[in-house]
Amino acid sequence: MTMHTAEGTGQAEPQGLRSYLRRHMREYGLLFALIAIMAFFQVVTGGTLLRPVNITNLFLQNSYIIIMALGMLIVIVSGNIDLSVGSVLGFIGAFAAVMVVEWDMPISVTIFASLVLGGLIGAAQGYWVAYWAIPSFIVTLAGMLVFRGASLLLLQGQSVGPFPAEFQLLSTGFVPDILPREATAGLAELFGVRNFNVLAMGLGVIVATVIVWLGLRERARDKAYGIEGEPINFFWVRNIIVLGALLFLSYKIATFRGLPNVLVTMGVLIIIYAFVTQKTVIGRRIYALGGNRKAAKLSGIKTERLTFLAFVNMGVLAALAGLVFAARLNTATPKAGFGMELDVIAAVFIGGASMSGGSGKIVGAVVGAFIMGVMNNGMSIMGIGIDYQQMIKGLVLLAAVIFDVYNRQKQG
Amino acid sequence: MTLLLEMREITKEFPGVKALDRVNLSVRKGEIHAICGENGAGKSTLMKVLSGVYPAGSYDGEIHYDGALAQFRTLRDSEDRGIVIIHQELALVPQLSIAENIFLGNERQTGGVIQWQETFRRTEELLAKVGLRDAPGTLVDSIGVGKQQLVEIAKALSKDVKLLILDEPTAALQENDSRKLLDLMLELKAQGVTCIIISHKLNEVRYVADTVTVIRDGMAVSRLDAAQGLEEDQIVRDMVGRDMSQRYPDRPRHAGETVLEVADWNVWHPEHAERQVIHDISFNVRAGEVVGIAGLMGSGRTELAMSIFGQSWGRGISGEVRLHGQPVDVSKVDRAIKSGLAYVTEDRKTLGLILDETIRFNTTLAHLDGVSARGVLNEAEETEVAERYRRALATRTPSVMQEVGNLSGGNQQKVVLAKWLFTSPEVLILDEPTRGIDVGAKYEIYSIINDLSAQGKAVVMISSEMPELLGMCDRIYVMNEGAFVGELSAAEASQERIMSLIVSE
Repeated sequence: MTMHTAEGTGQAEPQGLRSYLRRHMREYGLLFALIAIMAFFQVVTGGTLLRPVNITNLFLQNSYIIIMALGMLIVIVSGNIDLSVGSVLGFIGAFAAVMVVEWDMPISVTIFASLVLGGLIGAAQGYWVAYWAIPSFIVTLAGMLVFRGASLLLLQGQSVGPFPAEFQLLSTGFVPDILPREATAGLAELFGVRNFNVLAMGLGVIVATVIVWLGLRERARDKAYGIEGEPINFFWVRNIIVLGALLFLSYKIATFRGLPNVLVTMGVLIIIYAFVTQKTVIGRRIYALGGNRKAAKLSGIKTERLTFLAFVNMGVLAALAGLVFAARLNTATPKAGFGMELDVIAAVFIGGASMSGGSGKIVGAVVGAFIMGVMNNGMSIMGIGIDYQQMIKGLVLLAAVIFDVYNRQKQG
Repeated sequence: MTLLLEMREITKEFPGVKALDRVNLSVRKGEIHAICGENGAGKSTLMKVLSGVYPAGSYDGEIHYDGALAQFRTLRDSEDRGIVIIHQELALVPQLSIAENIFLGNERQTGGVIQWQETFRRTEELLAKVGLRDAPGTLVDSIGVGKQQLVEIAKALSKDVKLLILDEPTAALQENDSRKLLDLMLELKAQGVTCIIISHKLNEVRYVADTVTVIRDGMAVSRLDAAQGLEEDQIVRDMVGRDMSQRYPDRPRHAGETVLEVADWNVWHPEHAERQVIHDISFNVRAGEVVGIAGLMGSGRTELAMSIFGQSWGRGISGEVRLHGQPVDVSKVDRAIKSGLAYVTEDRKTLGLILDETIRFNTTLAHLDGVSARGVLNEAEETEVAERYRRALATRTPSVMQEVGNLSGGNQQKVVLAKWLFTSPEVLILDEPTRGIDVGAKYEIYSIINDLSAQGKAVVMISSEMPELLGMCDRIYVMNEGAFVGELSAAEASQERIMSLIVSE
């Protein structure tokens, strides 16, 4: 077919709010879906969902999914998939438990060794995918079985624990406030709460300000080049929602026990990965690789090495998630991480990544993970059984992808 | 003669654009009717209206077919009435046999069980009609594009076709395969099949067509009758809406020192290790020169280019590549690019572009170092670069943030060129640079090539269209079966001499 509607003219793309919204339905839809789901559960759980303790819990519960979703997004954007992450998470948790509990190794050495081992596992799988062109589905399906078995072997079928208190800090620790308790007592009284964490609130304000500032800077640049960006009212609506949510969450967290360690780790990782995927050469090349591998290769991109690195990176992140998960449960069990790869993959697809590679964003994957997380959490509070929970989650995944495909067809 | 098809005042609008504007088309029974027009002129849209892809009611105007008002709601409706379209991109399943493909969706069956004997017998009859001697059980995968095209036609014949529509049937074919196909069309005409052919190639149109309708910007601008003589210049003028007395822009010819030398180049097939594909090829290109490589499809032109460009094809590669007399490392694509080579692939959609990404993304892809510092991209600079090339190459697009998948063929090719120009190459290898793009865009691409050679770049041009090579090149190497069989200067070269070099080997 040689007919293209954009042939030679700009008239084929009618400008305006509605057409803009139609083309970016996915991104806005995701944000609104998260808000709607949160509002829904806030109401049906009688306000439990957004209580400070539950918000903190939400972060703790979903941290390992989100950490793995960062790596999974890259793997999926590169046109692959990794089914082994749940098993790797369990295996690394078991490995760390054996090192700390049975061999009495220092915590720092254990963490380091675990991350290296995770990288090696990623390398061992990535090697076959990248250099032998064996489908990642098969390689990582094998890996899923191998590492599930390996953790059983390592733990001799038993649970190993508990961990020393310092190890638990990985997951359940909180960053101490910058101001002593006495200094913030006044603030706490002002807000009518028991304590008020200035660090958490302060960081929230700073992050929110930076987001808006970066957004405005980007708009100014686009404008300088005459690039038609997001309509200004959309920009503000979206930013006000994001800002409001951030400030609201930081306030809630500040009034509980402050910043959980894992939230800081997660936040830093999200920022790094969002930056790397959107603003760096290597990120750009991963999208090119997933978008059209042959064309990328003929443009001088080392496609094999990039694929390999995507899996190494996934292995390291799965290992980190394994440590966080083990620390949270305070024990390593042979069943740890069972089926978790599916939650991670679902989060990435709900977040808008395409099965065929080349598209998807870190922020999308994180929001996708939160959508799953909030649903898990909300349904548990409501006392919905695991049977219905699974069914509902499955349908939400399907609906998200159908929404995607529907939008693309309407555009096409 | 009576009319088989009459499309009256067809208007089809898409949001924001009028693709067809009161188009009239009348096709007589038993004739070959050519539709000419630039890409995006509305030819394919018109055929989609005709075949029911755009259902009745979604356009204005009337279609009268075979003596009655036709209101097709689906492709199936029109097929049931004997209208069959064969698209540019073939719709065969490569893993199935010829027979299975011909009867796909129309299986010879009793109660869901396929009647293989009947299927094979019918297939043999149909293949004989289109002049194919391959066994019905041959996998489509293992026959060439030319034969696949014939299989498509056999498939159409199996459906009792009354009106056969061929959308750029020879775009991917070699000279002699094209000729065979066109002769088959004439034969079908003799048997009473009416044909519509959509084509860019005017010599072919002249060869087969009884009537030509030229479409420009969604309007039927002229209707020419072969009985009164078809002038190519007249058709081109109508297509582009201006005089195109010159199809190849002029270029001052001055060759400088030798830039690229390839010596004793040998390449083996990547899968069949015993098959040597390129035999002892040596050639050179000087600064400011445009050197052509002529040859039939399968002669190894693309394999030669790709093996030189970072060993992207083949194995056991031996030989030397020198730039300005110095041997250079071209063993990986990134090294070849660094050395100053650029290769514009023959197939821009699958090998050249990332269609879902923007013009900006594609423009900087091969030279991201040029728009980044310490691995961090400078998007402002990227936009500037993309804008610069958009202006320099006159790429028609609302903005550089447009996805390249939305552009027409000519504009896509400009994006591919922009990508390679941004790597500041000394040698550009262009593989079929004007395939599937319209006359006006071709002229622009030629002008760009001339500008590059004027800047002292060495250009290698591979093309299946001999007039293009003759019109553009300073020298032409003739290639056959993986070896160079001759070298002709612009003054010596002619279509006859090139062909005689190919066949004399």
